[in-house]
Order: sequence, then structure tokens, then C-alpha cells
Amino acid sequence: MLELIDVRKTFNAGTINEKKALQGVNLHLKEGDFVTVIGGNGAGKSTVLNAIAGVWPIDSGMIKIDGVDVAHLSEHQRAKFLGRVFQDPMMGTAATMEIEENLAIAARRGKRRTLRWRISAKERAEYRQALATLELGLEDRMTAKVGLLSGGQRQAVTLLMATIQKPKVLLLDEHTAALDPKTADKVLKLSEKIISENNLTALMVTHNMQNAIDYGNRLIMMNNGQIILDVSGEEKKALTVDMLLKKFSEISGTGFANDRALLS
Amino acid sequence: MFINYLQSLPAAIAQGMIWGIMAIGVYITYRILDVADLTVDGSICTGAAVCAVMIIGGQPMWLAILAAILVGMLTGLVTGIFHVFMGIPAILAGILTQLVLWTANLKIMGAANRALPAMKFNLLVARLDLYKSIFILILFVFAVVALLYLFFGTEFGASIRATGANLNMSRAQGINTNLTKIFGLVLSNGLVALSGALLAQYQGNSDINMGKGAIVIGLAAVIIGEALFGWMARNNFAIKLFTVVLGSIVYYIVYTTVIYLGLDADYLKMLSAILVAIFLAVPYWKKNLKKSSPKNKPIKEKKAKEVA
Repeated sequence: MLELIDVRKTFNAGTINEKKALQGVNLHLKEGDFVTVIGGNGAGKSTVLNAIAGVWPIDSGMIKIDGVDVAHLSEHQRAKFLGRVFQDPMMGTAATMEIEENLAIAARRGKRRTLRWRISAKERAEYRQALATLELGLEDRMTAKVGLLSGGQRQAVTLLMATIQKPKVLLLDEHTAALDPKTADKVLKLSEKIISENNLTALMVTHNMQNAIDYGNRLIMMNNGQIILDVSGEEKKALTVDMLLKKFSEISGTGFANDRALLS
Repeated sequence: MFINYLQSLPAAIAQGMIWGIMAIGVYITYRILDVADLTVDGSICTGAAVCAVMIIGGQPMWLAILAAILVGMLTGLVTGIFHVFMGIPAILAGILTQLVLWTANLKIMGAANRALPAMKFNLLVARLDLYKSIFILILFVFAVVALLYLFFGTEFGASIRATGANLNMSRAQGINTNLTKIFGLVLSNGLVALSGALLAQYQGNSDINMGKGAIVIGLAAVIIGEALFGWMARNNFAIKLFTVVLGSIVYYIVYTTVIYLGLDADYLKMLSAILVAIFLAVPYWKKNLKKSSPKNKPIKEKKAKEVA
């Protein structure tokens, strides 16, 4: 479904701020894989997601979605394959537009935007149903501006937008990191529900090791712009946070110098 | 005499409506696209110049106005290309186009000024026939608002609004934000040129300097409209556009009033600029006050840098 072959990216090459963000990332996701991504600050977790999404061009390597190399496509062209949810709840929705307008825009991802009316009565009914599944009461506030919603509600709407049209790959970039623990838990559970119900292929970056273990069928750990650990199946189920920390220091030769990653 | 003042009000209303159409153009870039487009100082004159030259050349009125709109759209395209494909900041892109248009406008007119006397030509709007002009301008305003309401309600129109509301979200949802930005600029400057075409007829000439400070008048109209009539709009887009025109009318009524009160008209541009500066500062001050208030905890630091 998704294939990264030797993807490399260096920021500010040749300057004092040079940062080798991705140093040969290889990753192959099968259809239905739900992969959690962990790693210290600056390890390249979000960078991998941004590379897939095409936020900037990569320096070398290949990014294939469903066998098609998308590395040369621009961000908006790749959008038709991808659903994305960001860390910042403000980033995924248009605050000054209505909930149903946001959904209608997402429903047209990868399609031509014509001079037809932006939302039909039929769609409205569909969105109402979809919003009801969030159990946040948003189905009765469909014409409310998204800016009026809380961070958790916005992330839930963004999640819905990302999946309203089944994406080839769902990219979740620490999408619960800015939420309070209770809301974060809710949004995570919702993510899992949507992913399993629609049999989506997903890549979820998290700084929470326990979440990384609890969710998904596969876990990868990154360090210094490379994947240093890739476990799945039974092996993943047996993982504990302590084991992950030990593995990290074994493989990377350093301690997991990141307090945030220890918080659960 | 007070009666003279009252008699001058219809003219203020007519002028307000003409400039209101241009202010709607400014609204599209400034409020919807979130871009400050300075092209308008030049494109309003371009619209006037094209319309005047074509009417003088004996072309039919509808063709003259249509040509003005199309050439105005072209000026927006130039700014759009400067901005989007050449990476020039929007404000500078607009200033560059303005300079391009200074030359273009002189070449279109063949002089710094072309007279378009209402006595000689059959014009749509003219100072001499105020009531007919006001009637026709009302039709224009309603047509513009109705068309924009419909356009921004479509899939493509909504994608332009989304681009201004959240660039990041728009790209993630597959919107070609380069295209939507350019189209917004094109649409905006088409309206500005339409306003110029009407203005040339109303004042009976097209002049190379007629657009100076137009952006400030446009912003003033948008801001006055929101401040005084925003309560009427709520979420209705059409009414929002009407409030812009109302803001422009208020601007010209104030303008007429201060002149009546004996103020030197030379001060008006400065006063408009100060008015706009103050109105723009208010939301900024409000935000800063909120930030420094002890009740508000500092917002969680963003992690944006390390992500990159």
C-alpha cells in the first residue's frame, strides 16, 4: 500500500543549521497495517509523515502509494491518497467555516471542484449520520463555525474529514498531543474505531510509548532519521515501555533523552 | 448652507456605491483570501482607462464595461503570478503590478487624463443625472453581491474561502492553493476595474492618479462596514458584502460632511489612513491585552521547529 525506499532529506544543507532529517528511510506498509511510530525529539517521526504528504520535496528516494511513485507530486495532488490529522487542532480545519462546509471540502478531496453547490441535501444527511458516530452532539450543530469547537472536537472533526473519503493511507501526526489526557484518550479510541471499521492503512506518530504499544498491529522506532526498530504481531503485543526503553539504548547507544516520551 | 449639504448627500451615496464595489474586491482579497493586495490602486484606474477609451472610441457601453472587467482580471493575474509562481510576498507583488499599471494606464489612455463628458456620450452613470445613476448603481451592487454569493457558495468558491481560512488544511484536502489564490486576485481586480469603469463615467474622466490610496478607502469601507453594520450580517455572506458597500457609503458621507464643515480636502487621505490604522490596531491591542492578563495561562509552546 505504502512503500518508502531509501528516502532522504536534509534541511538547510550546507549551512551551520544543516539537519539530516531523514537518512535512508525504508518502510513497507501492507493494506490494513496500523503502524505506530515512536522516537525522541528530532528523530524524524513527523518528518516521515511530511515527506509522505509532500509538504516539501524529498532529496532522494521513492515514495510509492499503491505502486505509484508520488514523490514528484505536489502536496495537494497527493492529498487524494491521504487522510491527515495534525498535532495542532487548529491546523486540520478551517475555523471560519461551518462544520458541514469543512466536511464537504474534505469529501471532495482529489476531485474536481466545480461550480456545483458546495453541499447537497443528501450529503448533509450523510454528514449528520457520520457526526453522530462521534457522540459529541455535533450532528445538531452542523452549521456552527468550527472555530467554536474545543480542541478535542476539532480533532474529531478532522479525523472524520480525513476518512470521509477512504484514504489509501491515514497519517496521524501526534494528533492527541495537544489535548488533555481524557480527551486524548477519547480521540485515540475514536481513531482506532474508524481505522478498524474501514480497514484503513494508518501511520500514527505518538510520543506516548504506552499508546504506541496498545494501538496498532505494528510499531516502529526512529532515531537520527532512520528506522531502528520494527516489531509487529505477537512480538509487539508482548512489548512493555521498559523493554522499549532498553531496546532504544541498546540500538542507539544512548539513553532515551526525552521526558515527554516517558509520560503516559 | 445646510441645504447645500443635504443636496450633496445623494452624490456621496452614489460615490459610496461605486467605491463600494471596489471595496468588495478588497474584501475578497483582504478578508476572504487573507492577502493585502495593493494592485487595486492601479487596477481601478485600468478599469477607468479601458472603459473611457472604448466609449470615446465609439464602442458600445456593455463592451466597454466588459473589457474593463477583463483587463482588470488580467492585472490580478499578473499579481497572482508574481506572488504564487515567483514567490514574491503579496504586498510587494501588488506594488510591482501597480508600477506596471502606471505605465500601462498611461499607454491605454495615451495621456494622463481622458475626458468622458456626459454631455457628449450616453453614459450609464453621471454626476449630472444623480437619481438615475443611483438607481443603476443599486442594480450593479445587487448583481455583484448576488453573483458573488452564488459563486462563493459553489465547490470552487468554497475552496477559495478555505484557502484564506487555513492554507494547511486546504492543501491537505487537495485544494490547489496556488490556483485558488490567483483566482481570488483575478476576481477581486475584475471587480475593482468594474468600479473604475463606473467611476470614470460618474466623474466624467479617467485620470492616472484616480487610484491613489484606493486600497485605504477599500479597507476603510470594509472596516467601517463591519464595525457599524456587522451585527446585521451574522453569518450571512450576502449581507456581509452589503455591509462593505454601506461602509463605503458612510465613508463618503463622512467625507462630504468634513468638507462641508470646512476642512481642507487635502487632509482626507491622511485622516483615512489614520482611521484605518487605528481600526487595524484594535484587534491587535485586544489580543495583547488578553495575553498579558494573569487570568490566561501561557499557551502551550508549539513544537513546530523540531518537527521540521
